[in-house]
Amino acid sequence: MDIVVPIKMVPDLVEELEIDSEGRDLDRSSLKLRISEWDEQAVEEALLLRDKHGARVTVIALDTGDVDETLFTCLAKGADRAIKLLGGEAAQGSSRATASVLAKALKGIPHDLVLTGVQAVDDRDGQVAVFLAEALGLPHVSVVSGVEPAGPNAVVARQEYAGGVMAEFEVDLPCVLGIQAAREAPRYAPVSRVRQAMKTLKLEAAAAAAPDAGAGSTVRRLAKPDAGGRAEILEGSPEEVAEKLYAILKGKGLVKS
Amino acid sequence: MSQDVAVVIEHLGGKIADIVFEMLGTGRELATSTGGKLLAVAAGQGLAPLAKELGAADAVLLCQGAGLEPYTPDAHQQALAAVLTARAPRITLVGNTSIGMDLGAGLAAALGWPLVAYCRGARLEGGTLVATSQIYGGKLLAEAAVAGEHAIVSMLAGSSPAEAGRAAGASAVEEIAVPAGGPRRVRFRRLIQPAAGDVDITREGVLVSVGRGLQSKDNLPVVEELARALGGTVSASRPIVDQGWLPKTRQVGKSGMTVKPKLYVAVGISGAPEHLEGMRGAELIVAVNTDANAPIFTVAHYGVVGDLFDVLPPLTEKIKASA
Ligand SMILES: Cc1cc2nc3c(=O)[nH]c(=O)nc-3n(C[C@H](O)[C@H](O)[C@H](O)COP(=O)(O)OP(=O)(O)OC[C@H]3O[C@@H](n4cnc5c(N)ncnc54)[C@H](O)[C@@H]3O)c2cc1C
Repeated sequence: MDIVVPIKMVPDLVEELEIDSEGRDLDRSSLKLRISEWDEQAVEEALLLRDKHGARVTVIALDTGDVDETLFTCLAKGADRAIKLLGGEAAQGSSRATASVLAKALKGIPHDLVLTGVQAVDDRDGQVAVFLAEALGLPHVSVVSGVEPAGPNAVVARQEYAGGVMAEFEVDLPCVLGIQAAREAPRYAPVSRVRQAMKTLKLEAAAAAAPDAGAGSTVRRLAKPDAGGRAEILEGSPEEVAEKLYAILKGKGLVKS
Repeated sequence: MSQDVAVVIEHLGGKIADIVFEMLGTGRELATSTGGKLLAVAAGQGLAPLAKELGAADAVLLCQGAGLEPYTPDAHQQALAAVLTARAPRITLVGNTSIGMDLGAGLAAALGWPLVAYCRGARLEGGTLVATSQIYGGKLLAEAAVAGEHAIVSMLAGSSPAEAGRAAGASAVEEIAVPAGGPRRVRFRRLIQPAAGDVDITREGVLVSVGRGLQSKDNLPVVEELARALGGTVSASRPIVDQGWLPKTRQVGKSGMTVKPKLYVAVGISGAPEHLEGMRGAELIVAVNTDANAPIFTVAHYGVVGDLFDVLPPLTEKIKASA
């Protein structure tokens, strides 16, 4: 079975996000990027399936900056191929455009099962998994945790709902699944193994096709949420803060006095 | 094209999802602006009882058929796409839920309409649809103008009060013929209920909830001790559960439990929309986070910008000493 995992680089939310002078996009010059956390889960689910049932795992990404080390990390974790699509900047900022570029690339890459993150923190016009499935004419399921083969031509995928309820679907291959969580926490590739991969393995590169779809909407304003309704911040040393919090809780009858 | 506003009615096991009533409220405001009707559109089978709860809509459109119950992404997408094509509403609202993620993007792709996702609000400005998405884990709001005659807007839970859309009574109900679907590529097998846990966090009065700021499972005692001092229980954000540090039954949020305790202490939790969805109704919310810009502070009543390992122990001691 050929499993393809499209991944995406997104801003690391641990860092401060700066808005550019026009107020419509992030200031991308100072951004620190990381693999989207749900894509990391999709990579793990693919590797788990490969470990248990045998498969070839191909990771693919648009080269929107800083992607090399992430792709090498995927190789170090055990992915069989890593492909970078050059010149895909036109698709940046739109899941629909990204999916259209990926769909064209997948025409030339065997794919029985496509696993990708159910969402990304910078999705604004929807989710890549669903748009990719539609562009390829394939069935799809979103918010999946847990994928198992069901014979040679189908998989069982569990879709999560609120309250921990799940629906189990049988989905014909090929299909696209939007992964919420792998069955196990993503494996860790030590830096030494990633360095080793960088020395001994190669990333494949291909030109990104032009996107033939876009978001259909334009951001007029990007802003931090209003300060209104924000918490009252308690200042002071930890001991002083503890006193203040204690007094508040006591006032509400939430601690014994 | 019509000026109508359609709301996709999500339901599971004979129960309408809460977000539907929020969207009917939002949809009514939009329909007032467009001058069109508010349509409730549902796919499934045996939907007549559900239609009675949709009195807030001007008309309820039902696509019923054996292949539409229970929900599967492809059958529902096909049925709803047929209705939306025929009615051509100006704006279609779907919930940003698991099912809404399938349908929102699926319908947008099938119909060739724009989709704006993760929305907190939508309005018309001189005929232009303007929708505000909450992105980057809730840290930023993107206000976008949407092109074209039709659009799909996926709404975050908790964006508007559900009361606005809750009205029993008779709307005109219309049965819509369902297009014959060929063999289905996604087949429903079964529904899996969560295993019962040691505690039911929805019944706890005090929750000390922990997130990825905890860094390691070995640090759990820091929050457990505060929870014990407060006579409460430890709950968590999703990553803590995904990593196996706490059982699924302790998870608060979109894919976990919705809780409304008297006190919710959020420790090392950023406050992503999927988390806020499950706890914004708590009576008193206290947040401890090293990041002054963490979105959790937008819903908390009191906040401490600081390291949980510095802030929690003296608080726990103070409460214990005073008990
Ligand atoms: C379909 C779907 C469903 C989901 N369902 C849920 C759900 O039910 N529940 C849920 O919680 N999430 C859910 N999520 C995930 C959600 O999007 C976020 O990824 C998640 O809530 C983040 O968890 P977190 O706040 O613990 O981690 P992060 O976002 O990583 O936040 C960690 C926070 O800890 C702070 N911190 C770090 N160190 C310290 C320290 N020493 N002291 C104090 N603070 C510190 C950081 O500043 C940061 O704000 C869902 C996602 C999807 C796609």
